[in-house]
Amino acid sequence: MPLLRIENLTHYFGGLRAVHNYQVTIEPGQVRGLIGPNGAGKTTIFNLITGMYRPTEGEILFNGTDLVGLRPHQIASLGIGRTFQNLRLWRHMTVLDHVKLAHYSRIHYGLMGAFLGTARRHREEREIEEKSFALLEMMGIAHLADQVVTNLPYGVQRKVEIARALAVEPKLLLLDEPTAGMNPEEMLETMGVIRRIRDELGLTIFLIEHRMKVVMDLCEVIQTLDFGEVIAEGTPDEIRSNPKVIEAYLGKEVIT
Amino acid sequence: MEVTKDISSAREKSSWSRRLREQFAQVPLLGWLFGLLVAVVMEYLVGYPLARVLGLASVPALFGFEIIFRIPTLIPSTLLYILLVYVLPTGLVAWLGSSLANKLAARLLRYPLLISVVIHLGLLYAVLHLWGSFNDYRMIVLKLTLIAIMLTLSLNVVNGYMGEFSCSHPGFMALGAYAASVFTVLAFVHDDVFGLPLLPPALGPFMFPIALILGGLVAALGAVLVAIPSFRTRGDYLAIISLAFTFIVKSFIENLEVVGGPRGFMNQPPWANLPTVFVWTVLCVAVIHNFVRSTLGKALCAVRDDETAAEAMTVNTRRTKMVAFLFAAFWAGVAGGLFAHVMRYVNPGTFGVLKLSEVLAMVYLGGLNSVVGSIIGAVSLQLLMEALRPLEILKWIAIAVLLILIMIFRPTGLVAFTEMDVKSLLKPKWKAVEEVQHAVTAD
Repeated sequence: MPLLRIENLTHYFGGLRAVHNYQVTIEPGQVRGLIGPNGAGKTTIFNLITGMYRPTEGEILFNGTDLVGLRPHQIASLGIGRTFQNLRLWRHMTVLDHVKLAHYSRIHYGLMGAFLGTARRHREEREIEEKSFALLEMMGIAHLADQVVTNLPYGVQRKVEIARALAVEPKLLLLDEPTAGMNPEEMLETMGVIRRIRDELGLTIFLIEHRMKVVMDLCEVIQTLDFGEVIAEGTPDEIRSNPKVIEAYLGKEVIT
Repeated sequence: MEVTKDISSAREKSSWSRRLREQFAQVPLLGWLFGLLVAVVMEYLVGYPLARVLGLASVPALFGFEIIFRIPTLIPSTLLYILLVYVLPTGLVAWLGSSLANKLAARLLRYPLLISVVIHLGLLYAVLHLWGSFNDYRMIVLKLTLIAIMLTLSLNVVNGYMGEFSCSHPGFMALGAYAASVFTVLAFVHDDVFGLPLLPPALGPFMFPIALILGGLVAALGAVLVAIPSFRTRGDYLAIISLAFTFIVKSFIENLEVVGGPRGFMNQPPWANLPTVFVWTVLCVAVIHNFVRSTLGKALCAVRDDETAAEAMTVNTRRTKMVAFLFAAFWAGVAGGLFAHVMRYVNPGTFGVLKLSEVLAMVYLGGLNSVVGSIIGAVSLQLLMEALRPLEILKWIAIAVLLILIMIFRPTGLVAFTEMDVKSLLKPKWKAVEEVQHAVTAD
């Protein structure tokens, strides 16, 4: 059974058709790429999957469960973690608190535990903290655990976002332009991190990216989106040589 | 070598104030509490004679502010009194007893933290009790200050941690005050309106917590009414709806003849003594402190900073906001119930815009997102308002000017975004000594 299957997904913003008849099938363990020019509807698709928007039409099946109509936190609890194109960190909170909080749906001590500080709460908090530290170490930012995120450099903030998304304990990880705004060095590092996530945690990854190097190196299958519609789908090599893609995305001049 | 020697000797000479500060940095909280205890015992023993010797009519009730503003010629002797009775004994005991207090604090920390906390609180209570039982005025100021801490802290949960701007606290307080009062008067007091007590009055003091909890629950019920229409949106809507709520509650009570309407409601039994108010305040601080430090409580900050991201990270934002709002309202209601029984009279006029601005000022003065900040804000503003009472109407100008100055120099309040760590608060201060020595040898 595919991990994620989307059928006939259509979404309108008022009269504007942002996504039209979008389909995708992602098998477990795959790294999928989604590319397309600005405004093609890539982020909208992520927002539809995670329940930020409710689709006008269509079906989103995750592990056999229909996600349409569920609230974002319910969808996330089912096992979908995501990062955002423009960082969406909690600016007054520390790195450790970011990762700890993403374990929210795994907390069972309840309000009374929170109010009274029961033994159970301390035990659960300690467990969450250990798990969070493990994730931070994997990202190589464990030494920054006590820092408030706004004081940290951009590359580190990106890593915090990925660590936070992983703390949801997802089966599917949606990365929205994970290398945006990074210098080449940081970009290579992030690519390494994504590979490690796939290999060590065995996650399925769905990735939006503008940088061709990143998409071509990481993804097994790539979809190209233009004006909300899929214009091409295939392996990196197929996409690279597809004239439609080159015209829509890379521009005509490039081939001449 | 020579140069470093010069520098270190210069540093040694530098200033006695720094050395004094270093000395006092080694005093643990326990030492300060001992010092204060000695000071209040001193006042208890020699307060009156000393005041007479210094030419004061009576012992300064509230650190001499009431005298300073009325009779300026008595300023020197008032200051001398404060120095002799409070500052010197506290300082001396804290300084001389610092090593003993450090040893004690270190030993206490070997047992569960709770024991150390209880002992510290016990000492604090002893200090407050001795200071407050000097006269009725001090006692009522003390109780109102403790209640102000509860109010400020619970409002900080909404306005600070949750980042919404709620103006409904006076409304919640009024609901709590009236609900608790009606309960106690109806059940335990022979009253003109409600007739004979329904339950034996001997049971009363034991049922008082139930009355307060009932007040809190009624306030929380009111919070549901505010939350349902306003939580679907963000920003100014909650501020407007909650402000309206405060006015609605006020005029509702004004038109409720059963509880006296605008004339107010009295005959509350005198059960809100200092221990009761103190215990409830400690309970409120402890529960809120626990809550905001838990991951469930941190979800509030996430909702404030970025709701979309919080929702995407599995946080049930709607539930989180609702819980926090009801929680804050509950404590405001409890504080209202205590307030009613401290004053033994309430009228709807108390719970208006003036009360609102008072609590808001305490929250923003103390600092958002900080339990310590709220305590400091509530205590300092409440005492300041009492201290400036002789200025009469000018008081409100002085307080406003002070707030403006704080907003300019410390826009986030005195102690914002700082979490209280109980353990480091109570621990012995050996470390400060070691660090200083270490720094000196390292030089």
